[in-house]
Amino acid sequence: MRSCRLSVAADMADVRLAESALDPVAEIAAFNAKHSTSGGIVTFLGQVREGGGIEALELKHYGPMTLPGMTELARITQSRWPLEGLLIVHRSGVMVPGDPIVLVAAAARHRRDAFAAADFAMDHLKSESWFWKREKTAEGWSWIEPREQDHDDLARWR
Amino acid sequence: MPKLIFLGRLEDVAGTSELAVAKGPLEQILATLDPTLAVQLLGEKVRMALNGMLITDMGGIALGEGDELAFLPPVSGG
Repeated sequence: MRSCRLSVAADMADVRLAESALDPVAEIAAFNAKHSTSGGIVTFLGQVREGGGIEALELKHYGPMTLPGMTELARITQSRWPLEGLLIVHRSGVMVPGDPIVLVAAAARHRRDAFAAADFAMDHLKSESWFWKREKTAEGWSWIEPREQDHDDLARWR
Repeated sequence: MPKLIFLGRLEDVAGTSELAVAKGPLEQILATLDPTLAVQLLGEKVRMALNGMLITDMGGIALGEGDELAFLPPVSGG
């Protein structure tokens, strides 16, 4: 199914909010092809974990702020590392175990910049972007609050 | 009419994701809400955005026609 996506082109960064299924294999292939001169590409895929009684996961976003915030995050990421390309795709909506949630890819001349940029973008997507997450188990839906670890992860960049 | 938007767990507390309210000072609007909801909205960890822009102080805020005030509890993405 063709997914309906909102997108913003922010000077070489490709930042999208995906409201239906995200295809990481196709996304990564397209990104790699577009950055064939980059020596290092780091990709990170976050997916809905299997087990723990989780039947579904829902991510909600807020139209006026979520994509603009992701675009700003991409801009900051690009200003901190010399990247040749950056891709951020984040799901919104209901997902089931095994479904991709977020994909980040960073292309750089050298691998360390690509690793650091992808790591930085992920830490900020987890705990500083405008998403709200809830899980469904046999007992029903419950909201997930950020973990202490997420804030510690973020503090590493300050 | 202005609108209040409830994100995350606040949507469950409010029982709706948005609520049309009368124009006027925010304090006055909040006073018309269910006290349980109002207390949650004013929680320390809840941030507010007026028409998509974060605001740090609700003092002196009044909502006019078409204004949208969002209540944003702690986020969790990825």
